[in-house]
Amino acid sequence: MNVDYLVNSLYLIKPELAIASALVLLVLIDLIMGNNKKFLPYVAIAGLIAAAYFIIGQFGMNSLAFVSKSNKGMIIADPFGAFFKGIVVFASLFVVYFSIKSDEIKASFERHGEYYTLIFGMILGMFFMISASDLILIYISLELVSFSSYVLAGFTKTALRNSEAALKYVIYGGVSSGIMLFGISILYGITGSTNLYEINSLIQSSSIPNLTFILSGILIFVGIGYKISAAPFHFWTPDVYEGAPITITAFLSVASKAAGFALLIRFIKITFIKSVDSAGYWQLVDLIDWKTFFIFLSIITMTLGNFAALWQDNLKRMLAYSSIAHAGYLLLGMAVLSNQGMIAIIIYFAVYAITNLGAFFVVMLIANKIGSENIDDYKGLGYSQPFLGVSLAIFLISLTGLPPTAGFIGKLYLFIALVDAKMITLAVIALLNSVVALYYYIRVLKNLFLSRPANGTFEFKVSFSNGLVLVLLAAPIIILGIYFTPLVDLAKNSMQILGF
Amino acid sequence: MIHVGLTHFLFISSILFSLGIFGIVTRRNAVMVLMGIELMLNAANINFIAFARYGNFGLQGQIMALFVIVVAAAEAAIALAIVLNIYKIFSTVNVDEIDTLKD
Repeated sequence: MNVDYLVNSLYLIKPELAIASALVLLVLIDLIMGNNKKFLPYVAIAGLIAAAYFIIGQFGMNSLAFVSKSNKGMIIADPFGAFFKGIVVFASLFVVYFSIKSDEIKASFERHGEYYTLIFGMILGMFFMISASDLILIYISLELVSFSSYVLAGFTKTALRNSEAALKYVIYGGVSSGIMLFGISILYGITGSTNLYEINSLIQSSSIPNLTFILSGILIFVGIGYKISAAPFHFWTPDVYEGAPITITAFLSVASKAAGFALLIRFIKITFIKSVDSAGYWQLVDLIDWKTFFIFLSIITMTLGNFAALWQDNLKRMLAYSSIAHAGYLLLGMAVLSNQGMIAIIIYFAVYAITNLGAFFVVMLIANKIGSENIDDYKGLGYSQPFLGVSLAIFLISLTGLPPTAGFIGKLYLFIALVDAKMITLAVIALLNSVVALYYYIRVLKNLFLSRPANGTFEFKVSFSNGLVLVLLAAPIIILGIYFTPLVDLAKNSMQILGF
Repeated sequence: MIHVGLTHFLFISSILFSLGIFGIVTRRNAVMVLMGIELMLNAANINFIAFARYGNFGLQGQIMALFVIVVAAAEAAIALAIVLNIYKIFSTVNVDEIDTLKD
């Protein structure tokens, strides 16, 4: 490895470099400007826009960075990674805006420097998680994301539920990443390498002890499953989502999950694949019955999420369970084990990201004014605040997956992939689950529109900028629900994973 | 004379890992739970170094162990800060009594 090669590798990680420089800049500005913290969000937004610019450039790339004699490469720059990094940046832009407006965050004004620095630490970790091709980097980046989010979950130190959320998060997170690390150590022991491509070529060429290999795979999956909050590793999700500041909840439910899914897909597709046949189905190494594994996982995840959401009165907690259910739907796309399933996951995720951000934004705006997230306090909101009510209705309908919203398109492609793979029973189970989901989403809508408001509860105005952001989130849901070709084209372009 | 081989190290690391899990499941004190997590990380570290030494895989395993030590230190710092904050608010670090968030 010579210096030229290192420099060339740096060109492949421009988005990460942009985020890292923005992080350093945020720390410096926080130190220099002292009590004037008004500039921090603007620096953050500038850094994110720079990263977004470099990410667009990555859609045309297909190469490995930091290759050496002993390692086939640490970081992958490919369209697949670019798409998920795009989702992370998209979510971060909105979360930074939410943070400017959130009363919870405003209350601890003197620590805004830490807040934005930690958010950027999280973004950096997610970027590396999405593009890592080496077990060392996967573990370090996963911990970088986790550490920043532990602190952010308990950011308002004085609030009771914030601190509790942080404690629960740090304990569950520590345990699952410890288990994952043990799995990585076993995988390293039986293959002698930490590089995913090298492990793959080893699996294909020589016989390795099956049982040990399955064990290490399951242990590693604990760590990833915790990040995407798949059952049975979902226990932290409702508590942390309810307890954390709402901006962080929105960020965790979209960006953190995006990074987790990107890691899962990349890990499975690079490490265990033998070949991709002409119809786009993946032939994986015969270790376990992969299909059954993912089917089982997705069914318990979505059923558990949907049924637990039924009796939630706190909207934030309900959205937490709904995000578990959505992880289940996304795992359906994994169960197909084909390129078509992957396209479906990408479409579903793009839609889910916009919708969930929007739903949390409305919850935040209302919590700012009435100081509650309880569904009963939303009674009659649709009459006194028709704009907020209608937008929340759009988001919830899209989360359910009814036409004409984009959520329907996401589910449609998922079900088409299932039916094409002749997994009709699974499609029916998923459909029944959506019916269950309809009940708890509609319950909120019922409170919004069919109950009369108590006097003077909702006497406030939605500011122009908040309204604009709300339209920015709600409009794509309707537009993509009717004209979805661009989304499908984007998904087809971004399913390219380097190597296969 | 017993010759110490890879198996001995793996044996110790699995015992350590199981003790870590046992500690996490049975202990009620948040600090003790965190110590259980540290045990798990160190079990993985022993694995990495033993495999690197006996498998002739190069330096990757030892580098990983170094990274893990740093990560474990950072984790302990963050977790203890959170536990301290919990103690200030709840006046207890018993994980069973901290349950305001419930269904």
